[in-house]
Amino acid sequence: MGIQANPHKTTGFLGWIDDRFPLTKMWKDHVSEYYAPKNFNFWYFFGSLAMLVLVNQLLTGIFLAMHYKPDADLAFGSVEYIMRDVPWGDIIRYMHSTGASAFFIVVYLHMFRGMLYGSYRKPRELIWIFGCLIYVCLMAEAFMGYVLPWGQMSYWGAQVIISLFGAIPVIGPELVVWIQGDYVPSDATLNRLFSLHVVALPFVLVGLVVAHLMALHEVGSNNPDGVEIKKVKDENGIPKDGIPFHPYYTVKDIMGSVFFLILFSVVLFFMPEGGGYFIEAPNFEEANPAVTPDHIAPVWYFAHFYAMLRAVPSKLGGVIIMGGAVLILFFMPWLDRSPVKSIRYKGPIFKIALAIFTVAVIMLFWLGTEPTTESKILLARIGTVIYFAFFLGLPIISKLDSTKPVPERVTDAH
Amino acid sequence: MRTDMKSMISRIAAVVALLVSAPLFAAGGGALPYSYTPELGNEASLQRGAKLFMNYCSGCHGLQYLRYNRMAEDLEIPEDLLTDNLIFTGAKPGEHINTAMPSEPASVWFGQAPPDLSLTARSRGPSWIYSYLLTFYLDESRPMGVNNVVLPGASMPNVLAELEGWKAMDEHHGGDASHGEPSGGHGGGHEPAFVEVEPGTLEQAEFRAAVGDITNFLTYAAEPGKRDRQALGFKVIAYLIVLFILSWLLKREFWKDVH
Repeated sequence: MGIQANPHKTTGFLGWIDDRFPLTKMWKDHVSEYYAPKNFNFWYFFGSLAMLVLVNQLLTGIFLAMHYKPDADLAFGSVEYIMRDVPWGDIIRYMHSTGASAFFIVVYLHMFRGMLYGSYRKPRELIWIFGCLIYVCLMAEAFMGYVLPWGQMSYWGAQVIISLFGAIPVIGPELVVWIQGDYVPSDATLNRLFSLHVVALPFVLVGLVVAHLMALHEVGSNNPDGVEIKKVKDENGIPKDGIPFHPYYTVKDIMGSVFFLILFSVVLFFMPEGGGYFIEAPNFEEANPAVTPDHIAPVWYFAHFYAMLRAVPSKLGGVIIMGGAVLILFFMPWLDRSPVKSIRYKGPIFKIALAIFTVAVIMLFWLGTEPTTESKILLARIGTVIYFAFFLGLPIISKLDSTKPVPERVTDAH
Repeated sequence: MRTDMKSMISRIAAVVALLVSAPLFAAGGGALPYSYTPELGNEASLQRGAKLFMNYCSGCHGLQYLRYNRMAEDLEIPEDLLTDNLIFTGAKPGEHINTAMPSEPASVWFGQAPPDLSLTARSRGPSWIYSYLLTFYLDESRPMGVNNVVLPGASMPNVLAELEGWKAMDEHHGGDASHGEPSGGHGGGHEPAFVEVEPGTLEQAEFRAAVGDITNFLTYAAEPGKRDRQALGFKVIAYLIVLFILSWLLKREFWKDVH
């Protein structure tokens, strides 16, 4: 049995296309006959919002690249040219810079949703892994994008991040020179980061998003009850708790998107610097290799990892901890061994552990943007230990924790 | 569904509150002796600030990313007034506001070339500029005869002295700030203890207002599109709120048959 052309037997012009390209099949499989659980709540907006922000980044990025100059002497001035002389340039630039932070906000909430309802559990392990790869790719993309305006924080941020590779034994120092294309971050570095930022990584990112969605549509969406809706189907083989993605979730996601755009616009039009967290004040000074800023702080979305890096006395140890903090996310599907998926039916131990973990991560975000003091390093160490203890403790929590019986069908009507 | 909406809104409100409270944490760093809140809607102040900048600052400092005619258009300065009274370098109205001072000899004269001020209001902030301009005091140990509380060891002369007059640090009040400590450690938001040595042509309140105008102008120069962007922002958000109501009604209509 191979691929059958035009399985829905359409006719006319559409039939002509469907005989040659699975247009109707794709529309039905992924949109109009993709059955999603009817009990999605607030937390289920963030997947579609991440898509919206991705499109925003791609479109605004195209226009920025038309006016930006990836040249160490011209880059900073070209950003000001966009801000002042290009029609609508300031709006497009702020849509892109605000979009970067918005991307991480929605992605972090999207990941947290997965942790709440066990969306990574069997059979959705690959969805989670593709998601983790998207996150890694997004971090690389955001880092490189932040370097492009070639301000002081761009430059020194790049210097700090690239120098982390220098901690790798034996090949480290050579590797740093290879990455930079120079002995310090310079024009060569800026040029290659621009290339990766506008060509290579968006390409990988879009590919991973497609894989993420294909894996999702293959197994179907999880829901706040962690119930597999495919287990209870009607006479037509349609899940009784499922509703077609279109029109139900398209109209719901449009509503969510417009609400998101209102909040997005508040930042975009009235506080694009995000209080110094989205665009840092020293980045309005052109990159100067001779002057190190008093306090090099990463943008907020990397701050938790930066806090972990600084919490470890040795540089190599810090890099290992930071890398481990990302890597451990990939193992989430196998670390959680609870018999139930959703937090609704998990016991108190998991709930308390997740609450402590959440507080620790928020604390690390804050610590990463602050100058170090002895007490703050101590806090960062405590936060780091809690971070790893949560993941590594999951198998034990799963064993000790009580659970409540999971219902056959989803509980709450939308 | 109502309760779903409510809980959604309250959750989003919590996220927004978190975001808005962020600047509170960011506000740390060095405390400045004075604070200044720009008024970008005050066109008269911006015009006075432009005049003062061109007369007292532009000899050494440029605004390399701002064009003369953009400034004139935004501040409603007629072109003849612009060319006759505000362009001292012979530049055309469409050109950037560059300083006439060549940067290489300038770095020999002053120890470093006077920085371009296009973005100072964004990198250091309006209150920094305001405090800097208000805290020059006599100090014979410095090459220009003056020092500054906010930027100790500054190489800039006290160019506004004819307006402000000259002042010295009051030794009895433990003139700590004169000893070249970086700003932030000292000051703690207190007004420095100055004594007037020689009066200028302006009263103290008038001088502060003039410095406010310069600061206001530099804030404008750091982001000339800000006022228009904010005006557009109100319209965009008003439109989105209407669209949200419609999209909510649409969603409600469709979801009526989901049980």
